[in-house]
This record gives sequence, structure tokens and C-alpha cells, in this order.
Amino acid sequence: MTPKKRRRLAFAIALLVAGAGGAALVVYALQDNVLYFYSPSDVAAKHIRPGTAFRIGGLVEGRSVRHGKGAAVSFVITDGKSRMPVAFAGVLPALFREGQGVVAMGRLDAAGTFDADEVLAKHDERYMPPEVVDALKRSGRWKEGQ
Amino acid sequence: MTGEIGQLALCLALALAIVQAGGGLMGLRSANAARIATSAALGQFVFVALSFGALMAGFVTSDFSIADVANNSHTLKPLIYKITGVWGNHEGSMLLWVLVLSVYSAAIAFLKRGGEQLTAAALGVQGLLAAAFILFILLTSNPFARLDPMPFEGAGLNPLLQDPGLAFHPPTLYTGYVGLSATFAYAAAAMLTGDIDRAWARAARPFMLIAWIALTLGIAGGSWWAYYDLGWGGFWFWDPVENASLMPWLVATALLHSALATERTGAFRVWTLLLSIMAFSLSLIGTFLVRSGVITSVHAFASDPKRGVFILLILSVAILGALTLFAWRASKLESGSAFAPVSRETTLLVNNIFLVGALAVVFLGTVYPIVLAAFGMKISVGAPFFEVFFAPIFIALMIVLPFGPRLNWRRGDLNAAFRTLLPALGFAAATAVVVLAVASPRALVGAGAFAVAGWVIGASAVDLVKRLRERTISVAALAAILAHAGLGITLMGVAGTNLWRVESLEVLAPGEVMTIGGYDLRFDGVRGLEGPNYRAAHADIDVLSGDRVVAHLSPERRMYPAEGQETVQTAIRTNGFEDLYVALGDDRGQGKWTLRAYVNPLAPFIWLGAGLMALGGLASLWSRVRAMFFAREAAEPAAA
Repeated sequence: MTPKKRRRLAFAIALLVAGAGGAALVVYALQDNVLYFYSPSDVAAKHIRPGTAFRIGGLVEGRSVRHGKGAAVSFVITDGKSRMPVAFAGVLPALFREGQGVVAMGRLDAAGTFDADEVLAKHDERYMPPEVVDALKRSGRWKEGQ
Repeated sequence: MTGEIGQLALCLALALAIVQAGGGLMGLRSANAARIATSAALGQFVFVALSFGALMAGFVTSDFSIADVANNSHTLKPLIYKITGVWGNHEGSMLLWVLVLSVYSAAIAFLKRGGEQLTAAALGVQGLLAAAFILFILLTSNPFARLDPMPFEGAGLNPLLQDPGLAFHPPTLYTGYVGLSATFAYAAAAMLTGDIDRAWARAARPFMLIAWIALTLGIAGGSWWAYYDLGWGGFWFWDPVENASLMPWLVATALLHSALATERTGAFRVWTLLLSIMAFSLSLIGTFLVRSGVITSVHAFASDPKRGVFILLILSVAILGALTLFAWRASKLESGSAFAPVSRETTLLVNNIFLVGALAVVFLGTVYPIVLAAFGMKISVGAPFFEVFFAPIFIALMIVLPFGPRLNWRRGDLNAAFRTLLPALGFAAATAVVVLAVASPRALVGAGAFAVAGWVIGASAVDLVKRLRERTISVAALAAILAHAGLGITLMGVAGTNLWRVESLEVLAPGEVMTIGGYDLRFDGVRGLEGPNYRAAHADIDVLSGDRVVAHLSPERRMYPAEGQETVQTAIRTNGFEDLYVALGDDRGQGKWTLRAYVNPLAPFIWLGAGLMALGGLASLWSRVRAMFFAREAAEPAAA
């Protein structure tokens, strides 16, 4: 091997090691920053610990929406099998209605209430969050053509 | 009738695209075939434009016998949204995609940059792409499909899209996305002709610049749209659709810089080719992500699995074909010209490593959930993941940046460069001190970000002053000065908004006052208003200074009965340095409403900086156009 070739090989190996190291770091960070999606039944079945951030989706249960002090609001998300009480302080999306599909992002508190940082509703009449459709299908509440 | 004309024109365009592809590729050997490709490209443009015009006529006249019009328009919709609504749906937006592609083909055919042979080969590649996408439209997304019986009224357009933003955001973004096809076509053409020297990079340069400028404006415009339209006070959400546009931009930026070196000294020849392929591949991947329905968002108009598979097929063939060509040709290339460790080439290399690193992060974060979804796991990647990597990479990039323009090609003098940068270092320190003194809460990260922004802006200022004094200022030099300063200004805006945003959410009865970031907002109640195709809840809010009313804000919520949807119209008052941003929340009864208000310090800088970057690109483009038409080809090659 000529010195030039050796230098090149060393450079290539260094680049490879740096790249692999970087990629490992990125994937590691990715693990910490993913949010899983659960239905209320999943939450009950998987015994999710309080404090873990995740997304939850389902239908807003009828007559469950209560307005508290200031911007505080509470409601229940259901997939027909299990229910999950949700507490939220903020502006609900325009299409938030009882009986409609929503996705909430947040974490469980010690009392078993889902403390939401963000609530998303379907953004038009035709569209339902696909996760919610899946969750409803699994609990048998979804009818085709709905 | 217009529907049939449009359909027929599109079929003819397909035939011409095939002729263009065949003629172009045969044009490598035969001058006659090359001439046929040129005419076919011009003809294809005419017919695609005719087809697009026919669809537009259908929308403007509300011809509901066309399914696309019936599904996405409404007689009561204002004329501007009837016109822009042409591309506010899947079928029409794909037709716009093809229209932009054919404009680029026509431009390549008309300008004949890089000679007959290179032009012919580039047209051949463009023709293949056009044929594939027109076929995609005709087979899976025909905008001219008929409805029988014809409905009396259309279903309307998603109200979120009934916004002036729709007039400019998709066309500019597509000009960027598709513009990268021209660079890709030239790169492929260079590999086909076997002449992979500097000529192709020079020929492709104006298209590269147009694509980059348009992408910059398209992304900035989209972010501004999301900012004022969604009512969440944010300007970037790391949404997969946003990332789909950011990825080609990152590579296009790297490409602009590496192509400079290729043109000038022949360095990075192989790498520049690869970046050209990558840039357009990411445009295609972006199109796939957005248009296939893999991701649900306001951009995914409708999902039909057939479409996803078709685009995936086009994407795989294009990428694999180009990479095969690349593997075959690039291995025969001699290594590029040598350069010293301290040289402009090295800084460009560093620039490219950082930009591609940033790309890798965005790509992983965007694609990972999609891959996992295939295995039934539903996850989303949060903004912190992107921020934790993206911020340090860009900060590091910007620390190195000012050295680039100051080092000579092949071998530079680091000490001399550093000496000229001392005033910029002073400016950076001063910026950091001011930020520490003025901003509260105090944030060391913020001071650091502003120091880096000040460093880059200061370096641009130093350059400008020096060149003005020595009378060496040129449009090409101005390009780098403007674009780099723009990046610094955008960083200030991003840091200012993210670190010092104030947010407040209150339920107010009429006459009550809320205070946010030094502003007193008096809520004067909500009135009902009738729009052309919506009913609005219109809030009146006075901004007070003591007892004096200094401004009036009127955020709205609009209900669109035809579409059964509601939108938020925010009210933003800016003084150029900070935005007061108010969105109307929900009705809490007895005249009470929730109001959400933000004060976003330096938010206008985000778009001001992006505008400067685009202006820098325009300056560089202008220096090329001038060279093209006023035959001063060698006057100032590749200075910007």
C-alpha cells in the first residue's frame, strides 16, 4: 500500500466510524422521543405507568364534556370497551364535538386521568384520524361506510 | 366540452413526452433526433398548458359534470378560490406538477445550455419523467373524469385552503420540487454523454438556482401560512409534510455549494452528481409522502392505495436507474483536483457534511414512523428529537460559514481570513451581551444562538463594507452576502420566538382585559358576520396603552356550511420586531369566549431572513442570466 492509499483508507475508516457513531446516537435519541398511540383499551391492558407520554384516540363520550375554571375542560375518550377521563386546559379544536373522533397528546397522572397537552379533532366532516378508526375497529365499534 | 379538450390535450402531451424521451436519448447519436426532441418538448408544454387551462375553465365556470370540480368546488366560492382551487385537490395538483415539469423541459429546449448533445440527453430524461407522471394522472388521478348525473352543487373546497396562501404556496413549492428535475436531468445527461466535466454543472446552474429560490420561498411561505392560519402560534411543527419539503431544500443547498467547486476547479465532481440525484429523489419521495396518503394531513387530499404504489414505482425506477448510471460512470472518473486542508473547498466540504447530516436526521425522524406503521406500530416522532440534532448541526455549520468566502480556492490562509473577521467576532460578542442584558428570562442558549447569528451577519457586513470601499462589489458577490446574512437573521427569529415566546389563555366576558407581554387587550365581544360562503364569529379586541386604544384586532372563527367545517382566522399585529398574535377560542356562553394570545419576539425575522436568502439566490441567478444574454460568460465565473 502506498502512503497515499493508506491515508485514504484511514480517512474512509474514520468517516465510517464517525457516521456509524452518529447514526447510533440518532437512533438512540429517536427511542426517547417517539410517542406511541394507544386506545383506551390498550391503556387498560398494558398498565401504562403514570408520567409516560403517549397519544390516545377514540370518540368523545356523549355528555362527558365539563368546563371548569378558566380554560380548563374535562371529557372522556372511549372506544366502546374502555373509557379514559381526560383533563385539558386550552382551546379545543374547531371540530371537537361529543360523539366525534379525537386524538389527545399527553400523559397519565397518578389518579389515572389523562393530562392532555394537545387535543386534535378530525379536520373535516369526511376525515377521521386513521388511528381512531383502527382503535374503533379493534373494539368492534366501527361499521364500514361510517 | 372543456373536459374532453383537456383530456385529449393530456393524451397528446403524453405522446409528445414519449417522442421527446425517445428523440432525446437517440439525440446522443443523431442530430435529427435531437431536433425532434426539442420540438416535442415545446409541443408537450403547449398541450399540458392547454389541458391545465381546460381544467381551470371547468373550475371557473363550475362545470360539475367534471368529477374533480364537483368534489372540490362550489358555486358560492369566491373567484380567486375557484382559480386556485384547481390545484387545491389531488388531481389538479398533479396536473400542476406536470405543467411545471413541462415548463422546465421547454426552457431546457429553448436555451440549449451546454450544447446540442447535452440538451438532447437532458430532454430525454425530462421526457421519461413527464411520460411517467402524465401516465400516472391518466391512469389513477384523471382530473377530467365525468360525473353522470351531474350534481347541482359542488362539495366545496376544504376551508383551510380557502386562503390567499393557496395562490402562491403550491406553485412556488412545485417550481422548487420539480426544478430539481432539471438538475437531475442534466446530471443524468452528463453521465449518458460520458462528459462528466464542469460543463453540465454550469449548464444546470440557473435551474438549480431557480429551484432553490422557489423551494426557499415555498417553504417560508408555507410556514407563514401555518403560522397565521392554524392559530397555534407556531411556525414549524416538524410535520412529515413539512419535512418532505425541507429535505430537498437541505440537499439543494448542499448542491448549490458543491456545484460551485465543481464548476470552478473540478473538485467534488462525483459528489455533485450524487447530490443532484439525491435532491430530485427527495423531491419524488416528498411527492410520494404527501400524495400517496401514507401521511394524513391537510396536504393528503385523498388516499387511494393504487396511487401510492404507482408513485413508488416511478420513484424506484428513477432513483435506481440514476444510481446504476452513476455506479457505471462515476467509477471511471479520475479523482478531482487536489486541494489543501485549508481552502475554500474544505469549507464547502464541511458545509456539505453538515447539511447531509441534518438531512439524515430529518429523514430518519420522518421515515421511521412510516416504516414502523408497516409493522402495525403506531408512533409519532416529537419535535424535541429534531430540535436536539438540527440546532447543533446548524449552529456548527454557521460557525464555519464565514470562513468560506474568505479562503482562496485550492489553498487558503486561515490567519488572514480570521483577521478580516475580527469585527464580526466583536459584533457577535456585542449581540450576545445585548441579549443577556435585555431578554428575560435570561437564557445562555439564546445568547449563544444570537452570538452565532451575529457572527454570520457581521461577516456579511464586513464583506459588504470591504467590497464597497474597494469598489469590487458585484451582483455575484452580493448573492453570498445576502443569503448568508439572511440565514443569520432567520436564526435570530427562530431563537427569539422559541426561547422568549409568551403565551396566555383566558376566558373573557365583554369589557374584560387580559394582559400579555406588556400589552393590555380589552375584549369587546363577538359579533356574527356573513361572508360570501361562511358565517363568522368576529371578535373585537382593542389593544390599550393606558386608556388610549392603540390598535384594533379582530380574530374570527368561520363556519363553512357547504363543507361543514370551521376555521380560525388569527389577528396579528407586528411592529417588525415582535408579533402580537391573537386567536379566538370557543364560545363559553353568556358572551364569554376563550382567547388565546401570544407575543412572539422577533418572529418577523424568520421570514425576513428567508426572503433575504431568496434574494441572494436571485442575485446569483441574475449574474448568470446576464452572462447568458449579454455574452460576458467568463466575466465572473462561479463567484457566487
